[in-house]
Amino acid sequence: MGPLFPQGIISEPVNHLIAVFIGLIFGFFLEASGFTNTRKLAGVFYGYDFVVLKVFFTAAVTSALGLFLMNYYGLIDIKLTFYPATFWLPTLVGGIIMALGFIVGGFCPGTSFCAASTGKIDGMVFVGGVFLGILGYSFTYKALFEKLRNSGNIGQVNIADWLGISEGLFLFLLTTVAIAAFIFVTWLQNKLNSKKDPQFLQDLGV
Amino acid sequence: MFKKNQYINPYIGGFFIGLMMIAAYYFSGEGLGSSGGFRDVTAGVVNGIAPKFANNSAYYGRLVEDGRNPFNTWLVFEMIGIIFGAIVSAALFNRLKFEIGKSPKISNKKRLVAALLGGLFWGVGSQLGRGCTSGLVMSGMAVSSLSGYIGLMAIFGGGYIFAYFFRKLWI
Repeated sequence: MGPLFPQGIISEPVNHLIAVFIGLIFGFFLEASGFTNTRKLAGVFYGYDFVVLKVFFTAAVTSALGLFLMNYYGLIDIKLTFYPATFWLPTLVGGIIMALGFIVGGFCPGTSFCAASTGKIDGMVFVGGVFLGILGYSFTYKALFEKLRNSGNIGQVNIADWLGISEGLFLFLLTTVAIAAFIFVTWLQNKLNSKKDPQFLQDLGV
Repeated sequence: MFKKNQYINPYIGGFFIGLMMIAAYYFSGEGLGSSGGFRDVTAGVVNGIAPKFANNSAYYGRLVEDGRNPFNTWLVFEMIGIIFGAIVSAALFNRLKFEIGKSPKISNKKRLVAALLGGLFWGVGSQLGRGCTSGLVMSGMAVSSLSGYIGLMAIFGGGYIFAYFFRKLWI
């Protein structure tokens, strides 16, 4: 039963080898889906390309349903994983800073890393920015961030418990919303792009 | 299948990324991540240059305590995999070349300055918010953690609010 490494079923070197393999497939599908193209990523905010929403929500729903069912059938014990604790305030503030970074920089760290790996110079500069940002944060951590980062701790909270519904119902609703969103954004993208220059759309790979 | 500059079906891409997320939790007990790998590499470099400073630092201390090597983490190995996976895909689809991705309406210089600034914001925001789109939001949503949904609202909701003010960079 999973998770394997936290229970000592696989050793650290094996766990790291698996990490390389998982990263390989993850990186392959990020690139193949178009996530090294900064204009495709920004498209989700301007309505000309919703590839980010489609890939992201498909991945989130696939993994949430898969892990829920595996937990239900005893293939994995979610309680033994490094389940994230919720620090609502720093996550909210940090998230808004990241939102600004998304709109200004046109990447997130994972996509910039793929872009930099495949020759995108804007991706390389963005990666440099992330490192500098972390360095700057680390040197000012005590003075500026420590108090905020450790505030708002409400522990390990499952969103279905928090809403007072069963996790099965929550995931059913999430899947329904995702499918409705896929249909809506496909319609919206076609409508908005019907007036655009075909060359512009071809360059984006839409 | 491998036509130049074509992208795969987004639902297939998302499905396989979701499978890798499940694999990450099943084998290693943690989700996919990116900013955590950036943090580990930064900690490793700082620790290599100034180990005393790193050990006494409120931020780096827990990453290097008891002689731990920040380079030897799951996320760093995952990121090594990401480099090769992305290169293989780009090579197959004929996209492996040096170029600057940007709107044709802005200069290269403007794009690179914006990319640097964007990266800086992500560096700070991901450390404060405990992860980025992968490690906070996607990995959080995979196990229905409230943290993932707060991150989702803040990053994407915030993005739509900021989008209007920076539209000249993109459209």
